[in-house]
Amino acid sequence: MFPKPIEKQPRAAQITYQAMLPVALLLWLGPLLAVALFSVKPAADFTNANYWGMPSSFEGAFNYGQVFFNSDMPRYLLNSFLITIPTVIGAVALSCMTGFALGIYKFRSNLWIFFLFVAGNFVPFQILMVPVRDLTLELGLYNTKTGLVLFHIAFQTGFCTLFMRNFIRALPFELIEAARVEGISEVRIFWYVVLPLMKPAIAALSVLIFTFIWNDYFWAVVLTQGAESQPVTAGITSFNAQFRAAYQLMSAGSIVAALPPVAMFFLMQKHFIAGLTLGAVK
Amino acid sequence: MTTAAEAPEQESWFHRNQQRIAPWLFLAPGLLFFMVYVIIPVFQSFNLSLYEWDGLGAAEYVGFRNYEDLYWEWVDRDAFFISLKNNLIWLILYLAAIPAGLFIALFLNQTVWGIRLYKSLFFFPFVISQVVVGLVFTWFYDPTFGLLNEFLAFFGLGPLNVLGDERFVTYGIIVAGLWPQTAYCMILYLTGLNAVDPEQIEAGRLDGAKGWRMLWHIILPQLRPATFIAFVVTIIGALRSFDLISIMTQGGPFGSSRVLAYYMFEVALSEYGFRMGYGAAIAVILFLIMLCFIAYFLWSMYREERGH
Repeated sequence: MFPKPIEKQPRAAQITYQAMLPVALLLWLGPLLAVALFSVKPAADFTNANYWGMPSSFEGAFNYGQVFFNSDMPRYLLNSFLITIPTVIGAVALSCMTGFALGIYKFRSNLWIFFLFVAGNFVPFQILMVPVRDLTLELGLYNTKTGLVLFHIAFQTGFCTLFMRNFIRALPFELIEAARVEGISEVRIFWYVVLPLMKPAIAALSVLIFTFIWNDYFWAVVLTQGAESQPVTAGITSFNAQFRAAYQLMSAGSIVAALPPVAMFFLMQKHFIAGLTLGAVK
Repeated sequence: MTTAAEAPEQESWFHRNQQRIAPWLFLAPGLLFFMVYVIIPVFQSFNLSLYEWDGLGAAEYVGFRNYEDLYWEWVDRDAFFISLKNNLIWLILYLAAIPAGLFIALFLNQTVWGIRLYKSLFFFPFVISQVVVGLVFTWFYDPTFGLLNEFLAFFGLGPLNVLGDERFVTYGIIVAGLWPQTAYCMILYLTGLNAVDPEQIEAGRLDGAKGWRMLWHIILPQLRPATFIAFVVTIIGALRSFDLISIMTQGGPFGSSRVLAYYMFEVALSEYGFRMGYGAAIAVILFLIMLCFIAYFLWSMYREERGH
């Protein structure tokens, strides 16, 4: 293990290390903790310039209540879920198939198609912006959740294919060969042999895509406009315009908007990290 | 196999060629989607960059005039020049996330009580949306109450209006971007460090290697896959920077914090006008910059594939 395990070092070093951990964490998360503190302060604290002192009264319940019952925030949150969940399902389903095709079969254009997916996944969004917006307009899906979902599914398929294909490559190929010898059709091999083995990859990808899509801002701005279809990342700017200078409410709103992927991360941490770091070790 | 004998000719053809047809059937839906929404639009943008179009009326073919205009903006040190310059600053400074992530990973790579929770909490910024990161840092820099200025005031310095000053604004936004990016690199390295071969470390220790020498000669070579991925995601992240700029400054003050990604959006889709063709030309430039890196990534992957 590197660096040298702290247990094997002098007592003083151990104590220093243990003391430094929380200090470092506080510094690291400082800006975020500041927002958390803001979100429980009463409005009066900001007019009295009591920014960093203790809250003169604890108004957490009131501030978060405002966010949930007196703004469009619940609407935006719902939109975010209605955009994110179908995207996760769609992208994972499509990429299970593409990943299977590229991971199992040997055909001449295999590597080229794979690279097409990988390259497309790295493309800057701006070069897609105008044509995708036009396409969405033509389909009559501008300013709808469906329009956003369709694009997200298509774009995420690139990354998901990269992920799934590499995962399937690492599976024991003998299993598939054995199934073929038995005369099992390719579709049944996919469904009954490979898919059950892909469960960890599906879990990891789902959590990852959930976070990516939830946090998307660019496409939300390009393809949607109003509260009826905008997800929370885009909605928060209108929210902030509505509560201009009400820092306690803007803070509470930000925290609410950030929470679902954070919850997802803590609940599914193992899968999340497995997904992110695929390929970081050999 | 009696059923096979009774089956009509076509089905047996399908059966015989199953292994050749199956991959295309599995690929079809995903590939179709990807083509329509990603690959074809890239070419459409290339084409569009030769037109002048407001997004509604008829498009007018103007040849390379959009690129000529961009060239003059470059010569005049105008918006395009500033955006490109800022993109370069982003690219270079963003790479700091890699050593910073490695540093934090080394700091946290211990097995003391509660370390798992510490690792998760250090990773926290990456999970939060960039929109929220942008808001958090806007307040952090706020000249009247921001934590930064409270901190500077403690040393008798400031106040400093980071986001309102043309000299500092880009650096201020990059720092905000480095926060989640460092967390990402950290998690990559933590996973990489987990897989470092303990025998090599022991062998190194016996040879008297420690500290920096150990890190440089024994640990880093084994972390190469993690470094490669950290490099890829950091470069892509730097060139994609849009959310933070849009939230924190909207390209300001006086357009001094624009990057190509944001400038393109501003030109094509904001109150400053709907110049789709001009925007497409900017996007093409950004794409060509990205293409250099994409080609390098694919080339590395290709070598890897051949190695197998």
